[in-house]
Amino acid sequence: MMLLRGKAWTFGDNIDTDVIIPARYLNTSDPAELARHCMEDADREFARKVQPGDIIVGGANFGCGSSREHAPLAIKGAGVSCVIARTFARIFYRNAFNIGLPILECPAAVDGIRSGDQVEVDTASGRIKNLTTGAEFEAKPIPPFMQEIIAAGGLIEHVRRKFHLGEN
Amino acid sequence: MGMTITEKILARHAGRNRVTPGELISARVDVVLANDITAPLAIKEFRKIGVKRVFDPDRVILVPDHFVPNKDIKSAEQAKEMREFAREQGLTNYFEVGRMGIEHCLLPEQGLVGPGDVVIGADSHTCTYGAVGAFATGVGSTDLAAAMALGETWFKVPASIKFVYEGELPAWVTGKDLILYTIGDIGVEGALYQAMEFTGPAIDNLSMDGRFTMANMAIEAGAKNGIIAPDQRTVDYVRGRVKRPYEVLASDPDAAYARVITYDVTKIEPQVAFPHSPDNTRPVSAAGNVEIDQVVIGSCTNGRMEDLRLAARVLARHRVHPNVRLIIIPGTQEIYRQALDEGLLGVFVRAGAAVSTPTCGPCLGGHMGVLAAGERAVATTNRNFVGRMGHPESEVYLANPAVAAASAVLGRIAHPGEVT
Repeated sequence: MMLLRGKAWTFGDNIDTDVIIPARYLNTSDPAELARHCMEDADREFARKVQPGDIIVGGANFGCGSSREHAPLAIKGAGVSCVIARTFARIFYRNAFNIGLPILECPAAVDGIRSGDQVEVDTASGRIKNLTTGAEFEAKPIPPFMQEIIAAGGLIEHVRRKFHLGEN
Repeated sequence: MGMTITEKILARHAGRNRVTPGELISARVDVVLANDITAPLAIKEFRKIGVKRVFDPDRVILVPDHFVPNKDIKSAEQAKEMREFAREQGLTNYFEVGRMGIEHCLLPEQGLVGPGDVVIGADSHTCTYGAVGAFATGVGSTDLAAAMALGETWFKVPASIKFVYEGELPAWVTGKDLILYTIGDIGVEGALYQAMEFTGPAIDNLSMDGRFTMANMAIEAGAKNGIIAPDQRTVDYVRGRVKRPYEVLASDPDAAYARVITYDVTKIEPQVAFPHSPDNTRPVSAAGNVEIDQVVIGSCTNGRMEDLRLAARVLARHRVHPNVRLIIIPGTQEIYRQALDEGLLGVFVRAGAAVSTPTCGPCLGGHMGVLAAGERAVATTNRNFVGRMGHPESEVYLANPAVAAASAVLGRIAHPGEVT
Protein backbone atom coordinates (compact mmCIF):
# COMPACT_ATOMS: atom_id res chain seq x y z
CA MET A 1 0.00 0.00 0.00
CA MET A 2 1.34 3.39 -0.98
CA LEU A 3 -0.17 6.41 0.77
CA LEU A 4 0.35 9.75 -0.92
CA ARG A 5 -0.61 13.02 0.72
CA GLY A 6 -0.46 16.57 -0.59
CA LYS A 7 -2.17 19.76 -1.66
CA ALA A 8 -4.43 19.67 -4.72
CA TRP A 9 -3.78 21.80 -7.82
CA THR A 10 -6.81 21.72 -10.09
CA PHE A 11 -6.82 22.21 -13.84
CA GLY A 12 -9.61 22.00 -16.43
CA ASP A 13 -10.42 19.61 -19.29
CA ASN A 14 -8.09 18.76 -22.17
CA ILE A 15 -4.82 19.77 -20.51
CA ASP A 16 -2.45 18.99 -23.39
CA THR A 17 1.20 18.03 -23.18
CA ASP A 18 2.23 21.32 -24.81
CA VAL A 19 0.78 23.07 -21.77
CA ILE A 20 2.34 20.55 -19.37
CA ILE A 21 5.76 21.13 -20.90
CA PRO A 22 6.03 23.54 -23.88
CA ALA A 23 8.11 22.30 -26.83
CA ARG A 24 10.46 25.27 -26.44
CA TYR A 25 11.97 23.38 -23.49
CA LEU A 26 12.27 20.02 -25.25
CA ASN A 27 15.92 20.49 -26.11
CA THR A 28 16.62 18.53 -22.91
CA SER A 29 15.20 15.44 -21.24
CA ASP A 30 16.54 16.22 -17.77
CA PRO A 31 13.54 15.93 -15.38
CA ALA A 32 14.83 18.67 -13.03
CA GLU A 33 15.18 21.14 -15.89
CA LEU A 34 11.80 20.17 -17.36
CA ALA A 35 10.20 20.53 -13.91
CA ARG A 36 11.15 24.23 -13.79
CA HIS A 37 8.70 24.84 -16.67
CA CYS A 38 5.98 22.36 -15.71
CA MET A 39 2.44 23.69 -16.46
CA GLU A 40 4.00 27.06 -17.29
CA ASP A 41 1.48 28.07 -19.97
CA ALA A 42 -1.51 27.18 -17.74
CA ASP A 43 -0.22 28.59 -14.44
CA ARG A 44 3.05 30.53 -14.35
CA GLU A 45 3.27 30.18 -10.54
CA PHE A 46 2.87 26.41 -10.46
CA ALA A 47 6.49 25.30 -10.89
CA ARG A 48 7.68 27.76 -8.23
CA LYS A 49 4.98 27.00 -5.64
CA VAL A 50 4.37 23.26 -6.00
CA GLN A 51 5.56 21.23 -2.99
CA PRO A 52 6.83 17.63 -2.96
CA GLY A 53 3.84 15.31 -2.61
CA ASP A 54 1.30 17.73 -4.10
CA ILE A 55 -1.39 16.27 -6.34
CA ILE A 56 -2.61 17.45 -9.74
CA VAL A 57 -6.35 17.13 -10.34
CA GLY A 58 -7.27 17.43 -14.01
CA GLY A 59 -10.52 17.16 -15.94
CA ALA A 60 -11.26 15.02 -18.99
CA ASN A 61 -8.63 13.92 -21.53
CA PHE A 62 -5.65 14.95 -19.37
CA GLY A 63 -2.35 14.74 -21.26
CA CYS A 64 -3.79 14.93 -24.78
CA GLY A 65 -1.74 15.91 -27.82
CA SER A 66 1.94 15.23 -28.29
CA SER A 67 3.38 11.86 -27.18
CA ARG A 68 6.27 13.57 -25.38
CA GLU A 69 7.25 11.53 -22.33
CA HIS A 70 8.81 14.77 -21.12
CA ALA A 71 5.29 15.67 -19.86
CA PRO A 72 4.95 13.03 -17.12
CA LEU A 73 8.70 13.43 -16.45
CA ALA A 74 8.21 17.16 -15.83
CA ILE A 75 5.28 16.48 -13.49
CA LYS A 76 7.19 13.81 -11.59
CA GLY A 77 10.31 15.99 -11.55
CA ALA A 78 8.28 18.83 -9.99
CA GLY A 79 7.60 16.54 -7.03
CA VAL A 80 3.96 15.84 -7.85
CA SER A 81 3.07 12.50 -6.26
CA CYS A 82 -0.03 11.62 -8.26
CA VAL A 83 -2.39 12.86 -10.98
CA ILE A 84 -6.14 12.35 -10.65
CA ALA A 85 -8.35 13.06 -13.68
CA ARG A 86 -11.74 12.31 -15.13
CA THR A 87 -10.03 10.56 -18.07
CA PHE A 88 -6.50 10.46 -19.47
CA ALA A 89 -5.38 10.64 -23.09
CA ARG A 90 -4.07 7.19 -23.98
CA ILE A 91 -0.40 7.93 -24.76
CA PHE A 92 -0.02 9.94 -21.55
CA TYR A 93 -1.65 7.09 -19.63
CA ARG A 94 0.96 4.58 -20.85
CA ASN A 95 3.83 7.00 -20.41
CA ALA A 96 2.91 7.79 -16.81
CA PHE A 97 2.94 4.12 -15.82
CA ASN A 98 6.11 3.46 -17.78
CA ILE A 99 8.04 6.15 -15.90
CA GLY A 100 6.45 5.43 -12.51
CA LEU A 101 4.08 8.38 -12.07
CA PRO A 102 0.90 7.14 -10.32
CA ILE A 103 -2.30 8.27 -12.04
CA LEU A 104 -5.92 7.54 -11.23
CA GLU A 105 -9.18 8.03 -13.13
CA CYS A 106 -11.92 9.22 -10.76
CA PRO A 107 -14.62 11.66 -11.99
CA ALA A 108 -16.20 11.87 -8.51
CA ALA A 109 -12.91 12.96 -6.95
CA VAL A 110 -12.42 15.56 -9.68
CA ASP A 111 -15.83 17.00 -8.79
CA GLY A 112 -15.16 16.78 -5.05
CA ILE A 113 -11.69 18.33 -4.78
CA ARG A 114 -10.94 22.06 -4.91
CA SER A 115 -7.58 23.71 -5.49
CA GLY A 116 -5.75 23.88 -2.16
CA ASP A 117 -7.59 20.97 -0.51
CA GLN A 118 -5.42 18.41 1.28
CA VAL A 119 -5.80 15.05 -0.42
CA GLU A 120 -4.74 11.52 0.50
CA VAL A 121 -4.45 8.78 -2.10
CA ASP A 122 -3.97 5.04 -1.62
CA THR A 123 -2.73 3.95 -5.05
CA ALA A 124 -3.10 0.23 -4.30
CA SER A 125 -6.79 0.35 -3.42
CA GLY A 126 -7.67 3.43 -5.47
CA ARG A 127 -9.15 5.14 -2.39
CA ILE A 128 -8.96 8.93 -2.53
CA LYS A 129 -9.75 11.05 0.53
CA ASN A 130 -10.29 14.80 0.62
CA LEU A 131 -8.83 15.54 4.08
CA THR A 132 -10.16 19.11 3.96
CA THR A 133 -13.82 18.10 3.48
CA GLY A 134 -13.72 14.50 4.69
CA ALA A 135 -15.21 13.19 1.43
CA GLU A 136 -14.00 9.83 0.12
CA PHE A 137 -13.89 8.52 -3.45
CA GLU A 138 -13.10 5.25 -5.21
CA ALA A 139 -11.00 5.43 -8.39
CA LYS A 140 -11.38 2.99 -11.27
CA PRO A 141 -9.11 0.03 -10.52
CA ILE A 142 -5.79 -0.04 -12.40
CA PRO A 143 -5.95 -2.79 -15.08
CA PRO A 144 -4.12 -5.97 -13.93
CA PHE A 145 -1.66 -5.71 -16.82
CA MET A 146 -0.62 -2.21 -15.72
CA GLN A 147 -0.30 -3.49 -12.16
CA GLU A 148 2.19 -6.09 -13.43
CA ILE A 149 4.31 -3.33 -14.95
CA ILE A 150 4.16 -1.40 -11.67
CA ALA A 151 5.02 -4.56 -9.71
CA ALA A 152 8.06 -5.10 -11.95
CA GLY A 153 9.16 -1.53 -11.14
CA GLY A 154 8.25 0.01 -14.49
CA LEU A 155 8.33 -1.09 -18.09
CA ILE A 156 12.09 -1.24 -18.50
CA GLU A 157 12.48 -3.65 -15.57
CA HIS A 158 9.58 -5.66 -17.01
CA VAL A 159 11.54 -5.97 -20.29
CA ARG A 160 14.82 -6.77 -18.49
CA ARG A 161 13.04 -9.74 -16.93
CA LYS A 162 11.92 -10.88 -20.37
CA PHE A 163 15.57 -10.95 -21.41
CA HIS A 164 16.43 -12.66 -18.08
CA LEU A 165 18.71 -9.76 -17.29
CA GLY A 166 17.08 -9.06 -13.95
CA GLU A 167 20.06 -10.38 -12.01
CA ASN A 168 22.53 -7.89 -13.53
CA MET B 1 -19.18 -11.74 -36.07
CA GLY B 2 -16.58 -10.24 -38.39
CA MET B 3 -13.62 -8.03 -37.56
CA THR B 4 -12.59 -4.49 -38.43
CA ILE B 5 -9.38 -3.88 -40.37
CA THR B 6 -7.77 -2.64 -37.15
CA GLU B 7 -8.70 -5.87 -35.32
CA LYS B 8 -7.46 -8.03 -38.23
CA ILE B 9 -4.06 -6.35 -38.33
CA LEU B 10 -3.63 -6.63 -34.57
CA ALA B 11 -4.76 -10.29 -34.55
CA ARG B 12 -2.22 -11.23 -37.24
CA HIS B 13 0.58 -9.51 -35.34
CA ALA B 14 -0.44 -11.21 -32.11
CA GLY B 15 -0.48 -14.65 -33.78
CA ARG B 16 -4.19 -14.99 -33.17
CA ASN B 17 -7.27 -15.78 -35.26
CA ARG B 18 -9.24 -12.98 -33.71
CA VAL B 19 -9.06 -10.24 -31.12
CA THR B 20 -11.86 -8.25 -29.53
CA PRO B 21 -11.96 -4.63 -28.34
CA GLY B 22 -10.72 -4.17 -24.78
CA GLU B 23 -8.41 -7.19 -24.90
CA LEU B 24 -4.76 -6.72 -23.98
CA ILE B 25 -2.43 -8.32 -26.50
CA SER B 26 1.27 -8.56 -27.15
CA ALA B 27 1.95 -7.83 -30.82
CA ARG B 28 4.91 -7.93 -33.16
CA VAL B 29 5.81 -4.53 -34.63
CA ASP B 30 7.02 -4.06 -38.22
CA VAL B 31 8.55 -0.63 -37.71
CA VAL B 32 9.52 1.47 -34.71
CA LEU B 33 10.28 5.16 -35.18
CA ALA B 34 11.68 8.07 -33.18
CA ASN B 35 12.81 11.64 -33.84
CA ASP B 36 15.44 13.99 -32.45
CA ILE B 37 13.26 14.94 -29.45
CA THR B 38 12.00 11.51 -28.45
CA ALA B 39 14.97 9.32 -29.48
CA PRO B 40 17.45 10.59 -26.86
CA LEU B 41 15.07 9.53 -24.04
CA ALA B 42 14.37 6.21 -25.78
CA ILE B 43 18.09 5.53 -26.21
CA LYS B 44 18.68 6.23 -22.52
CA GLU B 45 15.96 3.74 -21.55
CA PHE B 46 17.16 1.20 -24.17
CA ARG B 47 20.62 1.23 -22.54
CA LYS B 48 19.06 0.49 -19.14
CA ILE B 49 17.57 -2.76 -20.49
CA GLY B 50 21.06 -4.12 -20.99
CA VAL B 51 20.69 -5.60 -24.49
CA LYS B 52 23.41 -4.65 -26.96
CA ARG B 53 21.54 -4.52 -30.27
CA VAL B 54 18.14 -3.36 -31.48
CA PHE B 55 15.84 -6.18 -32.63
CA ASP B 56 16.33 -5.35 -36.33
CA PRO B 57 18.52 -2.53 -37.73
CA ASP B 58 16.28 -2.28 -40.83
CA ARG B 59 13.13 -1.71 -38.79
CA VAL B 60 14.28 0.82 -36.20
CA ILE B 61 13.99 4.17 -37.99
CA LEU B 62 15.40 7.44 -36.70
CA VAL B 63 14.59 10.77 -38.33
CA PRO B 64 15.97 14.11 -37.15
CA ASP B 65 13.19 16.54 -38.05
CA HIS B 66 11.90 18.52 -35.07
CA PHE B 67 14.72 20.87 -34.08
CA VAL B 68 16.92 20.41 -37.16
CA PRO B 69 18.80 21.94 -38.83
CA ASN B 70 19.97 22.28 -35.23
CA LYS B 71 18.33 25.32 -33.65
CA ASP B 72 20.64 25.64 -30.66
CA ILE B 73 23.47 23.84 -28.89
CA LYS B 74 21.26 21.61 -26.78
CA SER B 75 19.29 20.53 -29.86
CA ALA B 76 22.56 19.85 -31.64
CA GLU B 77 23.58 17.57 -28.77
CA GLN B 78 20.28 15.69 -28.99
CA ALA B 79 20.60 15.24 -32.76
CA LYS B 80 24.20 14.09 -32.29
CA GLU B 81 23.23 11.51 -29.70
CA MET B 82 20.68 10.06 -32.10
CA ARG B 83 23.10 10.09 -35.05
CA GLU B 84 25.77 8.29 -33.04
CA PHE B 85 23.29 5.65 -31.88
CA ALA B 86 22.19 5.09 -35.50
CA ARG B 87 25.84 4.53 -36.50
CA GLU B 88 26.60 2.29 -33.54
CA GLN B 89 23.58 0.11 -34.27
CA GLY B 90 24.12 0.13 -38.04
CA LEU B 91 20.60 1.42 -38.68
CA THR B 92 19.82 1.36 -42.40
CA ASN B 93 17.09 3.97 -42.09
CA TYR B 94 18.61 7.06 -40.56
CA PHE B 95 18.01 10.19 -42.63
CA GLU B 96 20.42 13.13 -42.41
CA VAL B 97 19.61 16.81 -42.96
CA GLY B 98 19.60 17.43 -46.71
CA ARG B 99 18.27 13.92 -47.39
CA MET B 100 15.56 13.78 -44.77
CA GLY B 101 12.00 14.89 -44.33
CA ILE B 102 9.31 15.30 -41.72
CA GLU B 103 9.03 11.71 -40.49
CA HIS B 104 5.38 11.13 -41.38
CA CYS B 105 5.84 12.51 -44.89
CA LEU B 106 9.10 10.60 -45.30
CA LEU B 107 8.29 7.03 -44.24
CA PRO B 108 5.40 6.41 -46.66
CA GLU B 109 7.28 8.18 -49.48
CA GLN B 110 10.30 5.93 -48.94
CA GLY B 111 8.10 2.82 -48.80
CA LEU B 112 9.07 2.06 -45.21
CA VAL B 113 5.49 1.49 -44.06
CA GLY B 114 2.97 -0.64 -45.92
CA PRO B 115 -0.58 -1.98 -45.78
CA GLY B 116 -1.22 -4.38 -42.91
CA ASP B 117 1.83 -3.22 -40.91
CA VAL B 118 1.89 -2.51 -37.20
CA VAL B 119 3.94 0.65 -36.64
CA ILE B 120 4.70 2.46 -33.41
CA GLY B 121 6.50 5.76 -33.21
CA ALA B 122 7.57 8.03 -30.40
CA ASP B 123 5.52 10.79 -31.98
CA SER B 124 1.78 11.18 -31.67
CA HIS B 125 1.27 11.73 -35.40
CA THR B 126 2.52 8.22 -36.18
CA CYS B 127 -1.18 7.51 -36.80
CA THR B 128 -0.60 9.06 -40.28
CA TYR B 129 0.31 5.63 -41.72
CA GLY B 130 -3.26 4.45 -41.31
CA ALA B 131 -3.69 6.11 -44.72
CA VAL B 132 -1.92 3.14 -46.36
CA GLY B 133 -3.96 0.65 -44.34
CA ALA B 134 -1.47 0.11 -41.51
CA PHE B 135 -2.19 0.06 -37.79
CA ALA B 136 0.02 2.90 -36.61
CA THR B 137 0.02 4.68 -33.28
CA GLY B 138 2.10 7.01 -31.16
CA VAL B 139 3.83 5.94 -27.95
CA GLY B 140 6.25 7.47 -25.47
CA SER B 141 9.99 7.01 -25.41
CA THR B 142 10.00 4.21 -22.83
CA ASP B 143 7.48 2.12 -24.79
CA LEU B 144 9.62 2.75 -27.84
CA ALA B 145 12.82 1.67 -26.05
CA ALA B 146 11.19 -1.63 -25.06
CA ALA B 147 10.02 -2.22 -28.64
CA MET B 148 13.49 -1.37 -29.99
CA ALA B 149 14.79 -4.26 -27.89
CA LEU B 150 11.93 -6.74 -28.25
CA GLY B 151 10.36 -6.06 -31.65
CA GLU B 152 7.01 -6.26 -29.91
CA THR B 153 4.80 -4.22 -27.65
CA TRP B 154 1.45 -4.51 -25.89
CA PHE B 155 -1.82 -2.95 -26.96
CA LYS B 156 -5.35 -2.72 -25.69
CA VAL B 157 -7.41 -3.58 -28.78
CA PRO B 158 -9.42 -0.45 -29.59
CA ALA B 159 -13.08 -0.42 -30.52
CA SER B 160 -13.64 1.26 -33.89
CA ILE B 161 -15.80 4.17 -34.96
CA LYS B 162 -16.79 4.03 -38.62
CA PHE B 163 -17.03 7.35 -40.41
CA VAL B 164 -18.87 7.36 -43.74
CA TYR B 165 -18.30 10.38 -45.99
CA GLU B 166 -21.05 10.57 -48.61
CA GLY B 167 -21.06 12.73 -51.72
CA GLU B 168 -18.52 14.66 -53.78
CA LEU B 169 -16.19 17.25 -52.28
CA PRO B 170 -17.07 20.88 -53.14
CA ALA B 171 -14.39 23.20 -54.56
CA TRP B 172 -11.53 24.02 -52.14
CA VAL B 173 -12.65 21.34 -49.69
CA THR B 174 -9.86 18.88 -48.87
CA GLY B 175 -9.02 16.00 -46.57
CA LYS B 176 -7.99 18.65 -44.03
CA ASP B 177 -11.50 20.06 -44.00
CA LEU B 178 -13.09 16.63 -43.60
CA ILE B 179 -10.93 15.81 -40.59
CA LEU B 180 -11.33 19.28 -39.01
CA TYR B 181 -15.08 19.04 -39.51
CA THR B 182 -15.09 15.57 -37.95
CA ILE B 183 -13.04 16.67 -34.93
CA GLY B 184 -15.30 19.71 -34.58
CA ASP B 185 -18.27 17.35 -34.53
CA ILE B 186 -17.03 14.66 -32.12
CA GLY B 187 -14.63 16.78 -30.03
CA VAL B 188 -11.00 16.33 -28.99
CA GLU B 189 -11.92 13.35 -26.83
CA GLY B 190 -14.59 12.06 -29.20
CA ALA B 191 -12.57 8.99 -30.17
CA LEU B 192 -10.60 8.48 -26.94
CA TYR B 193 -8.87 5.05 -26.96
CA GLN B 194 -10.69 4.14 -30.20
CA ALA B 195 -9.87 3.56 -33.87
CA MET B 196 -11.26 6.00 -36.45
CA GLU B 197 -12.02 4.17 -39.69
CA PHE B 198 -12.62 6.52 -42.62
CA THR B 199 -14.87 5.16 -45.41
CA GLY B 200 -17.37 6.21 -48.06
CA PRO B 201 -17.40 7.58 -51.62
CA ALA B 202 -15.60 10.82 -50.70
CA ILE B 203 -12.73 8.79 -49.21
CA ASP B 204 -12.65 6.50 -52.28
CA ASN B 205 -12.15 9.61 -54.40
CA LEU B 206 -9.66 11.26 -52.04
CA SER B 207 -5.98 11.42 -53.06
CA MET B 208 -3.33 9.63 -51.01
CA ASP B 209 -2.08 13.02 -49.80
CA GLY B 210 -5.59 13.88 -48.59
CA ARG B 211 -5.83 10.52 -46.85
CA PHE B 212 -2.51 11.07 -45.06
CA THR B 213 -3.87 14.38 -43.76
CA MET B 214 -7.00 12.71 -42.39
CA ALA B 215 -5.25 9.79 -40.69
CA ASN B 216 -2.63 12.22 -39.34
CA MET B 217 -5.16 14.15 -37.27
CA ALA B 218 -6.97 11.14 -35.76
CA ILE B 219 -4.92 11.75 -32.60
CA GLU B 220 -6.53 15.19 -32.36
CA ALA B 221 -9.81 13.43 -31.55
CA GLY B 222 -8.03 11.30 -28.96
CA ALA B 223 -7.97 8.24 -31.22
CA LYS B 224 -5.46 5.44 -30.94
CA ASN B 225 -5.29 5.16 -34.72
CA GLY B 226 -6.93 6.38 -37.88
CA ILE B 227 -7.25 3.97 -40.79
CA ILE B 228 -8.41 3.75 -44.40
CA ALA B 229 -8.73 0.30 -45.97
CA PRO B 230 -6.39 0.01 -48.97
CA ASP B 231 -7.93 0.28 -52.44
CA GLN B 232 -6.47 0.44 -55.95
CA ARG B 233 -5.16 3.96 -55.26
CA THR B 234 -3.30 2.69 -52.20
CA VAL B 235 -1.86 -0.28 -54.07
CA ASP B 236 -0.72 2.01 -56.89
CA TYR B 237 0.98 4.22 -54.29
CA VAL B 238 2.83 1.48 -52.40
CA ARG B 239 3.78 -0.60 -55.45
CA GLY B 240 7.43 0.00 -56.25
CA ARG B 241 7.96 1.75 -52.91
CA VAL B 242 7.35 -0.90 -50.28
CA LYS B 243 9.98 -3.62 -50.70
CA ARG B 244 8.67 -5.94 -47.96
CA PRO B 245 5.65 -8.21 -48.39
CA TYR B 246 2.49 -6.43 -47.27
CA GLU B 247 -1.09 -7.44 -46.74
CA VAL B 248 -4.16 -5.64 -48.08
CA LEU B 249 -6.98 -6.08 -45.56
CA ALA B 250 -10.52 -4.77 -45.23
CA SER B 251 -13.18 -4.72 -42.54
CA ASP B 252 -15.77 -7.49 -42.73
CA PRO B 253 -19.31 -6.38 -43.65
CA ASP B 254 -20.53 -7.66 -40.27
CA ALA B 255 -17.71 -6.11 -38.20
CA ALA B 256 -18.83 -4.47 -34.96
CA TYR B 257 -18.45 -0.73 -34.48
CA ALA B 258 -18.85 1.36 -31.35
CA ARG B 259 -20.52 4.02 -33.51
CA VAL B 260 -21.22 4.71 -37.17
CA ILE B 261 -21.24 8.39 -38.14
CA THR B 262 -22.26 9.57 -41.61
CA TYR B 263 -21.53 12.98 -43.12
CA ASP B 264 -22.78 14.57 -46.35
CA VAL B 265 -19.59 16.22 -47.61
CA THR B 266 -21.47 18.35 -50.15
CA LYS B 267 -22.53 20.51 -47.19
CA ILE B 268 -18.99 20.98 -45.84
CA GLU B 269 -17.08 24.23 -46.47
CA PRO B 270 -13.37 24.81 -45.94
CA GLN B 271 -12.94 24.72 -42.15
CA VAL B 272 -10.93 26.83 -39.71
CA ALA B 273 -10.13 25.63 -36.17
CA PHE B 274 -10.03 28.68 -33.92
CA PRO B 275 -7.78 28.93 -30.84
CA HIS B 276 -7.07 27.00 -28.72
CA SER B 277 -8.41 23.63 -29.71
CA PRO B 278 -8.62 21.62 -32.95
CA ASP B 279 -12.32 20.98 -32.26
CA ASN B 280 -13.14 24.71 -32.15
CA THR B 281 -14.03 24.67 -35.83
CA ARG B 282 -16.22 26.84 -38.00
CA PRO B 283 -16.65 27.24 -41.75
CA VAL B 284 -14.30 29.84 -43.23
CA SER B 285 -17.35 31.93 -44.27
CA ALA B 286 -18.13 32.36 -40.57
CA ALA B 287 -14.57 33.29 -39.57
CA GLY B 288 -15.24 37.04 -39.49
CA ASN B 289 -12.44 39.57 -39.91
CA VAL B 290 -9.40 37.95 -38.28
CA GLU B 291 -6.21 39.83 -39.17
CA ILE B 292 -3.06 37.73 -39.13
CA ASP B 293 0.72 38.13 -38.82
CA GLN B 294 2.01 34.82 -40.11
CA VAL B 295 1.05 31.87 -42.28
CA VAL B 296 2.74 28.46 -42.18
CA ILE B 297 2.16 25.95 -44.96
CA GLY B 298 3.78 22.59 -44.30
CA SER B 299 4.06 19.97 -41.51
CA CYS B 300 3.29 16.23 -41.32
CA THR B 301 -0.33 17.21 -41.86
CA ASN B 302 -0.09 19.34 -45.02
CA GLY B 303 3.48 19.40 -46.35
CA ARG B 304 2.97 17.11 -49.38
CA MET B 305 2.91 17.77 -53.14
CA GLU B 306 -0.83 18.22 -53.40
CA ASP B 307 -0.70 20.76 -50.58
CA LEU B 308 2.08 22.76 -52.24
CA ARG B 309 0.29 22.66 -55.62
CA LEU B 310 -2.87 23.94 -53.98
CA ALA B 311 -0.97 26.78 -52.30
CA ALA B 312 0.78 27.66 -55.56
CA ARG B 313 -2.53 27.74 -57.42
CA VAL B 314 -3.76 30.40 -54.99
CA LEU B 315 -0.48 32.33 -54.79
CA ALA B 316 0.22 32.52 -58.52
CA ARG B 317 0.10 36.16 -59.68
CA HIS B 318 -0.33 37.39 -56.10
CA ARG B 319 1.92 38.91 -53.46
CA VAL B 320 1.95 38.11 -49.77
CA HIS B 321 0.20 40.87 -47.78
CA PRO B 322 2.66 43.47 -46.42
CA ASN B 323 1.74 42.62 -42.80
CA VAL B 324 2.19 38.86 -43.22
CA ARG B 325 5.18 36.47 -43.09
CA LEU B 326 4.44 33.43 -45.23
CA ILE B 327 6.61 30.41 -44.43
CA ILE B 328 6.38 27.37 -46.72
CA ILE B 329 8.06 24.10 -45.76
CA PRO B 330 8.02 21.12 -48.13
CA GLY B 331 7.64 17.89 -46.14
CA THR B 332 10.63 15.99 -47.53
CA GLN B 333 13.74 16.56 -49.61
CA GLU B 334 12.02 14.68 -52.46
CA ILE B 335 8.93 16.90 -52.24
CA TYR B 336 11.26 19.93 -52.16
CA ARG B 337 12.98 18.70 -55.34
CA GLN B 338 9.70 17.99 -57.07
CA ALA B 339 8.31 21.41 -56.11
CA LEU B 340 11.48 22.90 -57.57
CA ASP B 341 11.09 20.94 -60.83
CA GLU B 342 7.42 21.88 -61.14
CA GLY B 343 8.18 25.57 -60.65
CA LEU B 344 6.22 25.84 -57.41
CA LEU B 345 9.16 27.19 -55.43
CA GLY B 346 9.45 30.01 -57.97
CA VAL B 347 5.80 30.89 -57.42
CA PHE B 348 6.35 30.96 -53.66
CA VAL B 349 9.53 33.03 -53.76
CA ARG B 350 8.10 35.51 -56.27
CA ALA B 351 5.02 35.90 -54.06
CA GLY B 352 7.28 36.91 -51.18
CA ALA B 353 7.27 33.69 -49.15
CA ALA B 354 10.14 32.23 -47.14
CA VAL B 355 10.78 28.64 -48.27
CA SER B 356 12.64 26.28 -45.97
CA THR B 357 14.30 22.89 -45.97
CA PRO B 358 12.05 20.25 -44.32
CA THR B 359 11.56 20.66 -40.55
CA CYS B 360 8.75 20.40 -38.00
CA GLY B 361 10.13 23.67 -36.58
CA PRO B 362 7.26 26.18 -36.40
CA CYS B 363 4.42 23.66 -35.87
CA LEU B 364 5.48 23.06 -32.28
CA GLY B 365 6.99 26.49 -31.62
CA GLY B 366 10.52 25.13 -31.96
CA HIS B 367 12.13 27.40 -34.53
CA MET B 368 11.61 28.81 -38.06
CA GLY B 369 8.55 30.88 -37.21
CA VAL B 370 7.93 31.23 -33.47
CA LEU B 371 5.12 33.67 -32.59
CA ALA B 372 5.38 36.69 -30.28
CA ALA B 373 2.74 37.71 -27.71
CA GLY B 374 -0.48 38.79 -29.39
CA GLU B 375 0.48 37.47 -32.83
CA ARG B 376 -1.91 35.38 -34.91
CA ALA B 377 -1.04 32.69 -37.42
CA VAL B 378 -2.98 30.63 -39.93
CA ALA B 379 -1.27 27.26 -40.19
CA THR B 380 -1.85 24.05 -42.11
CA THR B 381 -0.50 22.19 -39.08
CA ASN B 382 -2.45 20.04 -36.61
CA ARG B 383 -2.57 21.74 -33.21
CA ASN B 384 -3.53 25.19 -31.99
CA PHE B 385 -3.10 24.65 -28.25
CA VAL B 386 -2.08 27.52 -25.95
CA GLY B 387 1.58 28.30 -26.67
CA ARG B 388 1.85 25.64 -29.37
CA MET B 389 3.60 27.95 -31.85
CA GLY B 390 5.32 30.27 -29.44
CA HIS B 391 4.17 32.79 -26.83
CA PRO B 392 1.25 31.56 -24.68
CA GLU B 393 -0.64 34.70 -25.73
CA SER B 394 -0.25 33.99 -29.45
CA GLU B 395 -3.00 32.36 -31.52
CA VAL B 396 -3.04 29.63 -34.16
CA TYR B 397 -5.87 29.03 -36.65
CA LEU B 398 -5.77 25.66 -38.42
CA ALA B 399 -6.83 25.46 -42.07
CA ASN B 400 -6.13 23.80 -45.42
CA PRO B 401 -3.30 25.04 -47.69
CA ALA B 402 -5.62 26.97 -50.03
CA VAL B 403 -7.22 28.89 -47.15
CA ALA B 404 -3.76 29.49 -45.67
CA ALA B 405 -2.43 30.84 -48.98
CA ALA B 406 -5.47 33.08 -49.53
CA SER B 407 -5.12 34.39 -45.98
CA ALA B 408 -1.45 35.19 -46.63
CA VAL B 409 -2.46 37.29 -49.65
CA LEU B 410 -5.29 39.17 -47.95
CA GLY B 411 -3.76 39.53 -44.48
CA ARG B 412 -6.82 38.02 -42.80
CA ILE B 413 -8.51 34.65 -42.72
CA ALA B 414 -9.89 34.28 -46.24
CA HIS B 415 -11.63 31.86 -48.57
CA PRO B 416 -9.46 30.93 -51.58
CA GLY B 417 -12.33 31.96 -53.84
CA GLU B 418 -11.64 35.58 -52.76
CA VAL B 419 -8.26 35.72 -54.50
CA THR B 420 -8.53 33.38 -57.49
